Amino acid sequence: MSYETVIGLEVHAELATKTKIFCGCSTKFGAPPNTQTCPICLGHPGVLPVLNRQAVEFGIKAALAINCEISAETKFDRKNYFYPDLPKAYQISQFDKPIGKNGWVEIEVDGEKKRIRINRLHLEEDAGKLTHLDNNSGTLVDFNRVGVPLIEIVTEADLRSPEEARLFLEKLKAIIQYTEVSDVKMEEGSLRCDANISLREHGAEQLGTKTELKNMNSFRNVQRALEYEEKRQAELLNAGQKIIQETLRWNDELEKTFSMRSKEDAHDYRYFPDPDLVNIIVDSDWVNSIKSSIPELPDARRARYTSDYGLTAYDAEVLTATKTVSDYFDAVLKHTNDAKSAANWIMGDLLRYLNENSLEISECRVTPQNLGAMLDLIAKDVISGKIAKTVFKEMLETGAEPEVIVNEKGLKQISNEGEIAEIVARVLADNPQSVEDFYNGKEKAIGFLVGQIMKETKGKANPQLVNKLISTALLKLPLL
Amino acid sequence: MSLFNLSIKDLHKKLVTKELSSSELVDESLKRIQQVEGDIQAFISLDEEGARARAKLVDERISSGQAISMLAGLPTALKDNMVTKGITTTCGSRILENYQPIYNSTVYEKILAADSIMIGKTNMDEFAMGSSTEHSAFHPTHNPWELAYVPGGSSGGSAAAVAAGEVYYALGSDTGGSIRQPAAFTGVVGLKPTYGLVSRYGLVAFASSLDQIGPITRNVEDAAYVLQAIAGHDHLDSTSANVKIPNYTEALTGDIRGMRIAIPREYLGDGIDPKVKDSIAKAVKVFESLGAICEEVSLPHTEYAVATYYVIAPSEASSNLSRFDGVRYGTRYDSAENLIEMYKKTRSSGFGAEVKRRIMLGTFALSSGYYDAYYLKAQQVRTLVKQDFERVLVDYDLILGPTVPTTAFKIGEHIDNPLTMYLNDVLTVPVNLAGLPAISIPAGLVDGLPVGLQLIGKHFDELTILRSAYQFEQNTEHHQLKPQLGVKI
Repeated sequence: MSYETVIGLEVHAELATKTKIFCGCSTKFGAPPNTQTCPICLGHPGVLPVLNRQAVEFGIKAALAINCEISAETKFDRKNYFYPDLPKAYQISQFDKPIGKNGWVEIEVDGEKKRIRINRLHLEEDAGKLTHLDNNSGTLVDFNRVGVPLIEIVTEADLRSPEEARLFLEKLKAIIQYTEVSDVKMEEGSLRCDANISLREHGAEQLGTKTELKNMNSFRNVQRALEYEEKRQAELLNAGQKIIQETLRWNDELEKTFSMRSKEDAHDYRYFPDPDLVNIIVDSDWVNSIKSSIPELPDARRARYTSDYGLTAYDAEVLTATKTVSDYFDAVLKHTNDAKSAANWIMGDLLRYLNENSLEISECRVTPQNLGAMLDLIAKDVISGKIAKTVFKEMLETGAEPEVIVNEKGLKQISNEGEIAEIVARVLADNPQSVEDFYNGKEKAIGFLVGQIMKETKGKANPQLVNKLISTALLKLPLL
Repeated sequence: MSLFNLSIKDLHKKLVTKELSSSELVDESLKRIQQVEGDIQAFISLDEEGARARAKLVDERISSGQAISMLAGLPTALKDNMVTKGITTTCGSRILENYQPIYNSTVYEKILAADSIMIGKTNMDEFAMGSSTEHSAFHPTHNPWELAYVPGGSSGGSAAAVAAGEVYYALGSDTGGSIRQPAAFTGVVGLKPTYGLVSRYGLVAFASSLDQIGPITRNVEDAAYVLQAIAGHDHLDSTSANVKIPNYTEALTGDIRGMRIAIPREYLGDGIDPKVKDSIAKAVKVFESLGAICEEVSLPHTEYAVATYYVIAPSEASSNLSRFDGVRYGTRYDSAENLIEMYKKTRSSGFGAEVKRRIMLGTFALSSGYYDAYYLKAQQVRTLVKQDFERVLVDYDLILGPTVPTTAFKIGEHIDNPLTMYLNDVLTVPVNLAGLPAISIPAGLVDGLPVGLQLIGKHFDELTILRSAYQFEQNTEHHQLKPQLGVKI
């Protein structure tokens, strides 16, 4: 029997505030263990939390970007449970008054647009990081991460396949990244995802028993884990067995899920309002000023790139995948009208160079202005597209202006007909065999001759002129 | 005349005029502690060396002609739930027996900034849960008036230390009466400020929405000076109020003619010792003679206050005390096989019976399926209790009644019956639920034991409380009565 798959996601993203949500410790990633801690985040007796305003603003910004309503009044609650990575033995989170609710994110499935509803977005503090030593010899805890602000985004159970789940995550990641409230790096743990999945017969209204999946550390793994679980549940159901409601852990190496705990072991978190914090009133002026700080989001940019600049859907997708690249592209367009060429250079030589050298676009030495200037040189036939590759490489490595490189290295294109004609004549004279081959119908021979001319001119000869002049010259030659 | 009969103002004058030195005051304190501490046991730890060193610095400051604050050079004591960097802070619990805080509470920073000399940390019911100081994990404290009696609690150590003349003033904390009740039982002045007036940063939390630090002193004027030093907004405490702090001592001398004082009939009903009622009736006469208008009112939800308190306070406590898990600090059970066993053994051996009782109460009240019936309902009743006060305080400046239904009880008398112990709080907990300020001042003796008079004011109107208490004190001699310990004070 075939089933309908029903998936809902819980996504955690660390907010990129400078300091933690309830104390002044730095949130910088990668510091030596336990060096970014203080009595407050270590949960020493007597300490009190003081809310970081920036974290609330970032939370509101993210909530607005995924079309949530913003609560006019919000508060923090304690989620109580014991674990060594949680110093106070409660996590300060939001229970019944999340900062944002009832939002949506649009994805495209097989060319059709589909809205995935967002149940809520709330703020909370992160826990520490445990490292279990080999041979059961102990566990180390690093509290640097304790108190880093998080947003938790909970979707409705609107996703119908593991692929949709991945598409949603990619879309959500792009949106959050555009708002710049989070680095959204799964490998650094600043983006994490848990998934709930259940199956039901097609047409059935009631949801089947769900399982919760944890420990997927990439979007691809989310999809794989869900596919695995989808199959496992279908097999159980087909065999007439029941699904047990439980939390499962994805093992990336074995490509399997393993049971962590059953529903009976589920915690009673005993949520109650944190008496150490006061309610937060979010007035509409505040919301509006945050709203105005949200940049144009990927969907809008993609639409603009295809309709205004005639880019293909694929190119628009690539350029908008990260905000920094899209911003760069937009900046280049201030210096050139040739959007297609700009797109090609960015997606080609520029991104390749950055990838090869593990650089971010923010570290790129080629300013948008200089890329624009280079495109201008090509458009005005000052350099050929081929020479431009050399010029651009130099720009990437040194950051020099294209005009300077062209002048210093004498890379200006030779567009003087007389000069090129002379070289053509010389090359034809020097290569009688190729000329003969050409007359015998070997068209390829012309390519060799052009190559020889380019070699003579170090690639600077205007290719159109070379083609034109070599054709003319060959036609003029007396038949042998 | 013993130094312990001098007020803070007089001592300050003598320090400034170099008639006395801080070192002498510290010596006097330590001598007194040596004489009586065997009987009283008000302290958990002493810092003689540190106290002497700080006193010397203050003396140097005075001799070099520098100005000093009102509390400078005066020996004091802090309840052992206010964290003091590098100085053991136990909360009266085994689980923190050797805990050395890594930072200072805001109040201790203020005491240090005022150059007052902390002599030691005082005994308390474990994590401030109790009304007798018998729930200290270390030893009970004895009432200086009758050693077989409790000093009250949970700030019993601070109250006894002041009453026995071991320090000139002390700080306590009050969650459901823990400053006022021991002050009443030991015949001293205890002030619980408005919730939010004194920073809670570094006060080890019992019930966060109720806890408040305040002074325990030998007279009302001293209380005003101490409050002046510790009150004020603190950016480290989100519940700290950003209000202008008035000059508390300047206002003491104003008269109280025409002041409207409400006397809730529920505060003088069944369950209140008739002799305590008599003392309060006499106090009312004094206020009337000073021109105040005293009228009977009703606070109808008073009878629900204890039940409400014993849901809210344990609920918050169950969460607040979760951090004592043996992982990072405090006493850890070391031979556990696994994490869960470590948690269980650490906490069951580290906490005393009363603390465990309240953790269980609170855990139950917050658990799913019971939350609405207990915690949420208690919050609703809390609002009703608060509204009772607000309604009365529209027409009246103050509310007057006994602090406690009885005088001090014997050590061991209620230890096996938590409910009778809890009922001792019936007149103090409503004030915490409402976040109001209240003072307990001596109102005479009944059978040789002190009676406390409680005055409750409007939010942030400590001035009216202090002024009326001061006027009462100036027109009575109760505060001059001292316990007769083995050595004459």
